[in-house]
Amino acid sequence: MLSQQITTLIDKELKKYPADQRQSAVMAALRFVQDEKGWIAPEDMADVAQYLDMPQMAVYEVATFYHMYNLKPMGKHTLTVCTNLSCTLCGAGDTVSYLEQKLGIKMNEVTADGKFGLREGECMGACIDAPLLNVNNKKMCGKLTPEKIDSILADLEGGKA
Amino acid sequence: MINIEIDGKQIQTENGSTVIEAAHQAGIAIPHFCYHKKLSIAANCRMCLVQVEKAPKPLPACATPVSEGMKVFTHSEQAVKAQKGVMEFLLVNHPLDCPICDQGGECMLQDMSVGYGQGHSRYHEEKRMVLAKDIGPLVAAEEMARCINCTRCVRFGQEIAGQMELGQAFRGEHAEIMSFVSGTVESELSGNMIDLCPVGALTSKPFRYKARSWELSRRRSVSAHDSLGSGLAVQTKNNRVLRVLPLENDEINECWLSDRDRFAYEGLNSEQRLTKPMIKQGGQWQEVDWQAALEFCANGLRQIANGAGAEQIGALATGNSTLEEMYLLQKLLRGIGSDNVDFRLRQSDFSADGKQQGAPWLGMSIADIGRADRILIVGSFLRKDHPLLAARIRQAVKQGAQINVIHATDDDLLMKVAHKAIVAPNAMVETLAQVAKDAASKHSNGIAGSLASGERVAVLLGNFAQQHPQAAQLQALAQQIANVTNGKFGFIGDSANGVGGYLVNAIPAGKGLNAAAMLAAPRKAYVLLNVEPELDCADAQQAIAAMQAADLVIAMSAYKHGATEYADVLLPIAPFTETSGTFISSEGRVQSFNGSVKPLGEARPAWKVLRVLGNLLKVDGFGYETTQAVRDEALNGVDVAARLNNAVSGIETGAAAVNGLQRVADVPIYATDAIVRRAVSLQATKDAMQPKAWLHSKELSKLGVAAGVQVKVAQGQGSALLEVAIDDGLPEGVVRVAAGHPATATLGAMFGTITVERA
Ligand code: SF4
Ligand code: FES
Ligand code: FES
Repeated sequence: MLSQQITTLIDKELKKYPADQRQSAVMAALRFVQDEKGWIAPEDMADVAQYLDMPQMAVYEVATFYHMYNLKPMGKHTLTVCTNLSCTLCGAGDTVSYLEQKLGIKMNEVTADGKFGLREGECMGACIDAPLLNVNNKKMCGKLTPEKIDSILADLEGGKA
Repeated sequence: MINIEIDGKQIQTENGSTVIEAAHQAGIAIPHFCYHKKLSIAANCRMCLVQVEKAPKPLPACATPVSEGMKVFTHSEQAVKAQKGVMEFLLVNHPLDCPICDQGGECMLQDMSVGYGQGHSRYHEEKRMVLAKDIGPLVAAEEMARCINCTRCVRFGQEIAGQMELGQAFRGEHAEIMSFVSGTVESELSGNMIDLCPVGALTSKPFRYKARSWELSRRRSVSAHDSLGSGLAVQTKNNRVLRVLPLENDEINECWLSDRDRFAYEGLNSEQRLTKPMIKQGGQWQEVDWQAALEFCANGLRQIANGAGAEQIGALATGNSTLEEMYLLQKLLRGIGSDNVDFRLRQSDFSADGKQQGAPWLGMSIADIGRADRILIVGSFLRKDHPLLAARIRQAVKQGAQINVIHATDDDLLMKVAHKAIVAPNAMVETLAQVAKDAASKHSNGIAGSLASGERVAVLLGNFAQQHPQAAQLQALAQQIANVTNGKFGFIGDSANGVGGYLVNAIPAGKGLNAAAMLAAPRKAYVLLNVEPELDCADAQQAIAAMQAADLVIAMSAYKHGATEYADVLLPIAPFTETSGTFISSEGRVQSFNGSVKPLGEARPAWKVLRVLGNLLKVDGFGYETTQAVRDEALNGVDVAARLNNAVSGIETGAAAVNGLQRVADVPIYATDAIVRRAVSLQATKDAMQPKAWLHSKELSKLGVAAGVQVKVAQGQGSALLEVAIDDGLPEGVVRVAAGHPATATLGAMFGTITVERA
């Protein structure tokens, strides 16, 4: 079941599209689910499909096509590190190793306490700040150094997202 | 019309068509994978690249509309270079395992790579791996690494089958065709994806590794499993049917087949096939030779005719017996003095007999239905009873047609329904009468309004309407509606040769008994042609009681079946693939076919068996040499088109009083006839699951039982233990319990009252 909060948000989104084109809101709907639950379970996709009157498989296509949707739990804070060319040239490799060592997890894993998940991302169009990471697809943190990463993690730990 | 030039050839083509269509019209081949004439354009494989004058780059022929004066080169250096390049890319990730691929020999990719590929690969890196999927008992998706992501299968589901069960998940190099969270593909049209898949990714589970395509002989045939007369290409090897494919005909099945038509052939090779004549002696079945069996039959029939009287003999045939078989059966019966012959086994109302002007039929052509702009479907499990008709109507709906439904269940038709009235069986007449009244007084809303706003109106009576105890009234009302809306009306028909049965008079003419009467007033002797009485008749209980009480039951059947309990003789006859014959489809199309293989064991075509019986019983005129001779005699002087007429008069309409719960019985899609019931892969599908007792949740709470528990469902003296389930699409006051299935063969009539209680 989609929460009241999610359906309210979807309903608002639906106003942007013709009444017989409910499926236009699918990307937004999936985003709302992920914002609330941290990831999108198949049951949620089925619920979205039903709510938007579209085939489940069509929702699945969208959810798997876009990298930013988490198809499994990725922790409270999903850290997506860009590993594309510009970032890699500017040391994204080191950023990844530092994060992995600091959090004690590998890429695509979640810390035991469920706080942090680590993902690899594609170019975020912000190469000027390389190397960089994105927290929960919401907050971009650039020009990363070990110290900066420490402070980001500490802030997130402390609830200052 | 506009003029274009392809490879130097001047071509006139319709404005709005694409280059590939224009080329195909002109007989010029353009290599392609994702393009399919019946599907939307995806233009994702890029195999169809051609050179177009003034275009800077090669263009995909499937997605490029023609324009006046366009010059296209399909084999120029630029075009061929592009095509070869695409081919090389397609093969990058495609396993080069044709020798062990089931598609080998009939693979588009294999064929194209001969024309456009290279002898060796320049790609030495690792190929991508895609895991096998299990999508059900019919379609194998075992080698998905072979998929070239053309999305034909996906588009078929969305556009033709009406349900998107497969999709392309993930992206780029990780893109995979799959179902939602390892679900199965349950469409009743799923087998067409196998035909559409240009490579060996989707293959036929029942056929896999049974034979190579070039070892198979191909025979033309006609489907025996529904009333459309779909064309079949029956493929055989060593006198066995190994595969069935569609024979294209745009007027009937287009290039599709329903899964029932496609996979029913497995039933032909069933273990239960009867291969030797058998007689029951002293309660024991003995195999005998044909001579002895037939003499036994002739003596038995003669004794009863001379003793109790010929009117104590009744003959029942299924509606998918051939025209020749039905003709000879009635000729034999009439020759020995009985008028008790019928093939309308599931029908319960015969009051239109003698009041209709001709043989009931579709009332229009199948193609007409596709062109109708307003359709009313009365009493039909459309998708399951007539899968391809449903697909055709689905296309019409997409073109803007409105479909309206009056029925006792609300099964999803997978198309947009304009208006529907879901009512209990006893309210159907009233509901239809109201529509007729509204239509006559030019109502502008509801079903009548929808019909009134159309130019080409079709009113179709489905199997449920035809089997309804007030079928004649429904027919009369449909006629009224068609009259006031300037439309056409007709019966979709529940069997392959229903129209044929009427045309050769396999129905009682004078004082003879119809199918229902013959069982209600049991006869001393029955001749059964293809019939499994407890599964094929309107009232299973009554049918079985009549068989058990009879002195002589002659069962002509391709299978050893329930008849071993009550029959005295079993005569092994050939199913439609092993005999020549003719079916007349519900649109009145007369289609003759030859046997695809020789009869199994000692089985013989039923027309030959009836011929010998006729001779033994000294009935005149049984000297036929061929089925053609039988057909010529049967249809001699019959103007088929002129005999087709649904007009009926002198039918009073009135309400039917019913107390208690009413039964709503469908014949599940894979329970319709003896062959289908023995097709193992079809029997493994969800559609063939054990029948349940379906009720509205309110009825369920009245009964005080929870969904999922066993209940005792009873009619007359018989009962069945079934799982109870909720279907809130059903009207209150009804229980849906399927017929045609062994689990419910102890129950009574398909319509009427039924009780449900805790088990
Ligand atoms: S499975 Fe076959 S039909 Fe479906 S996308 Fe792949 S190649 Fe095309
Ligand atoms: S490459 Fe990392 S943001 Fe562009
Ligand atoms: S056939 Fe034209 S792109 Fe596939």
